[in-house]
Amino acid sequence: MFKSLALPEYLATIDTDKCIRCKRCIQNCGWSVYSWGGDRVLIDTNKCVKCLRCYHYCPTEAIQILDNPVRYRNNAYWGFHNIRNIKRQAETGGMPLTGMGSDMPYPVLFDKLLLDACQVTNPSIDPLREPMELRTYLGKKPSDVRVERGKDGKLKLKTKLAPQIKLASPFMFSPMSFGSISLNAQKVLAMAAKECGIVMNTGEGGLHEDLLPFKSNIMVQVASGRFGVNPDYLNAGVAVEIKIGQGAKPGIGGHLPGEKIPLEVAKTRMIPVGTDALSPAPQHDIYSIEDLRQLIYAIKEATNYTKPVSVKIAAVHNVAPIASGIVRAGADIVYIDGFRGGTGAAPSIIRDHLGIPIEHAIAAVDDRLRQEGIRNEASIVAAGGIRSSADAAKAIALGADAVAIGTSALVTMGCTVCGKCYTGNCSWGITTQRPELTARLDPEVFAERLINLVHSWEHELKEILGALGVNAVESLRGSRERLRGIGLDTQTLDILGVKPAGR
Amino acid sequence: MNHDFEKDISGCGLTGIISKKRKKLDGSFIKKSLCLMNDRGNGLGAGYAAYGIYPEFEDFYAFHVMYDYDTSRVEAEEFLRENYLVEKIEEIPTTKVKTIVINPLLLRYFVKPKKDRLAAGANEDDFVVKTVMKVNSEIEGAYIFSSGKNMGAFKGVGNPLDIADFYGIEEYSGYIWTGHTRFPTNTPGWWGGAHPFTLLDWSIVHNGEISSYGINKRYLEMYGYKLTLLTDTEVVAYTLDLLIRSHGLDVKTACSVLAAPFWKDIDKLPDGEREAYTALRLAYGSALLNGPFSILFGHGKGLVGLNDRIKLRPLVIGEKDDLVFMASEESAIREICKNPDNVWAPRAGEAVIVDLEG
Repeated sequence: MFKSLALPEYLATIDTDKCIRCKRCIQNCGWSVYSWGGDRVLIDTNKCVKCLRCYHYCPTEAIQILDNPVRYRNNAYWGFHNIRNIKRQAETGGMPLTGMGSDMPYPVLFDKLLLDACQVTNPSIDPLREPMELRTYLGKKPSDVRVERGKDGKLKLKTKLAPQIKLASPFMFSPMSFGSISLNAQKVLAMAAKECGIVMNTGEGGLHEDLLPFKSNIMVQVASGRFGVNPDYLNAGVAVEIKIGQGAKPGIGGHLPGEKIPLEVAKTRMIPVGTDALSPAPQHDIYSIEDLRQLIYAIKEATNYTKPVSVKIAAVHNVAPIASGIVRAGADIVYIDGFRGGTGAAPSIIRDHLGIPIEHAIAAVDDRLRQEGIRNEASIVAAGGIRSSADAAKAIALGADAVAIGTSALVTMGCTVCGKCYTGNCSWGITTQRPELTARLDPEVFAERLINLVHSWEHELKEILGALGVNAVESLRGSRERLRGIGLDTQTLDILGVKPAGR
Repeated sequence: MNHDFEKDISGCGLTGIISKKRKKLDGSFIKKSLCLMNDRGNGLGAGYAAYGIYPEFEDFYAFHVMYDYDTSRVEAEEFLRENYLVEKIEEIPTTKVKTIVINPLLLRYFVKPKKDRLAAGANEDDFVVKTVMKVNSEIEGAYIFSSGKNMGAFKGVGNPLDIADFYGIEEYSGYIWTGHTRFPTNTPGWWGGAHPFTLLDWSIVHNGEISSYGINKRYLEMYGYKLTLLTDTEVVAYTLDLLIRSHGLDVKTACSVLAAPFWKDIDKLPDGEREAYTALRLAYGSALLNGPFSILFGHGKGLVGLNDRIKLRPLVIGEKDDLVFMASEESAIREICKNPDNVWAPRAGEAVIVDLEG
């Protein structure tokens, strides 16, 4: 085999003076960067993805992972990755794959929006002293409620409510299937969801029996591959999601290679061991909006109208009318995944060049549903690169009912967003099915960390609400008057429905 | 979308009186009570609302209209004559007051919608609401600031005393009165911005800043309300109109939407009530008035006082015989009722609902 002319991205180095030859790096690296050379550790830096597992487990801090100092000649137009990808494509004829959300330097609107705070004319509220409510219900809301006041003065509800998902705070975990992530990683999500009173989402990998104890905090997904779908599965969780698209790869299906289909994954997906799990690009029974309506109602029938049905779409150019159609087709929740949304595997070219940012999408969808007078008919879940509670607060202020977090949740498990999920070699035991790697992810230990993250974001969100002088999250939802834009052009401000700072 | 606006911000003092037995009180009481709280305003807005003042026209909608230009009047009157039977047109009587140098042209009309103008099944109230929305948002310089039956609002830029004298408030007699003095911190100088704010026979006086204004406004816009004033008070009025008139909630239930009970309290309720309050919060979360407020709202059948859910603004209630007083300060009550039978401060979010008898 010839030596690849694609430059390695990283330079793994070991300080031989510091190295005590304990071989932990060899043991920890899922990519086989390190091997034993008899008297010292050998390094194949071409394999390094800078996940930093070795760095953290080296007892003497002998390891450094540097961005490869050797670069192609500086060129403001022909960047390192342009040249490197062409070389890789020339050598293989394949599509360069990637994992996680796009790392391209497109503008980040969240970072150009600032939240308001109270001074004098309206008081801020101290969340340590006053109640501060984050509870959120997802599902179809009636436009008006009929109640009757009995002779005893007590109210009685006359309107029948559609089924709702009750969230203790406006967070949920994004769909990540068993297959794309390990069962232990799913257990972390499930345990944390239960403890935090929110929900995780199976993704399209079916529901492993180990997750059944957590079913009150699980949303099950039906996607184009229909893996693991049966009546019990549909009825197992608190809601069912139809996945049409994913922000990282709108219009693209999924491909979980046979190597990532060991027995447990195969059983859960209801497919033979070692076969590729192919999710077609479209759902083959949905070629139009009326087909979606039929699937929504087929699921509602199968679940006896007891579960809200969510429809997940990627944020694409015409997201507003698409979302409107989805709501009119009967969905109770519209889950919108922005182009920064993560993935276990996607062609880089798709991930980095298709779709629109979640910020625009939330604003456009919320506006459209209001213009059509149907905003109450469905909840909006926003996802795709929520990095902090501030991103969440801004997404909610733009009009989302709740946000879903995927990458942030994985980071609590050790993920460093190296973007090599598709290789199945994740040294942190997250996006891999190799038993020696998945065993590293102790669900109990890492659930604790994820719970900490959610609680930390809840505290932060309460502080934000308090500064805004409101004590319920629904008073922030869609309240774009509490946002100001900096450095945004007039048209973008208009799309976001946000004033510039200073106005 | 309509997002590029500057919202009106103000602090205030408010006061109200109701005679449950419909005994008429002249305007001197409310004026005296309000003037005591002069330091809660800054002279840039005051107003009064009174119920029972037009008994001879009680079947007609009394439109009080401000005009900035003569042309606005021509255009508005053309529209009114086209759609309404106009029983009477007159200038609202005013007296020159030294401090009030400029005032808009002020007229009142006693009108009824023409039957053939009502769409099938539409009621007169809906038609009037549409008229108010249309005139206020579409006719330059025209502003209907009062549109109820047998009631009226009188307001403008000035301190409580000057506005009372300007309109000759003491000449009117009513069984419900509200008054308001204003401390705007921006956009001073527009007569329409003063309180009370009214729609049909709703009249609102309000102290506070609704921190949830942004979403309240967008929520109401979904139901066709046009928010032209950019004040919190306008939001309160339209929300009440939506909840009570359109959605048929009773006043108490509507108050529990504006100042919704906390989940921790809802969770403790017995099943039936818990379901009801949960449904109200689910459906009307965007109508929750979050942030500091005390409001008085008068309507054809009574007077209501309400605080926000954690009582960030003052509200005191006094009772004497069939009279109930509601004010920002106890002193404003004692100024006109030396020895009330009972004086108390309602709890956060607790609606004080007083209905007229009979």
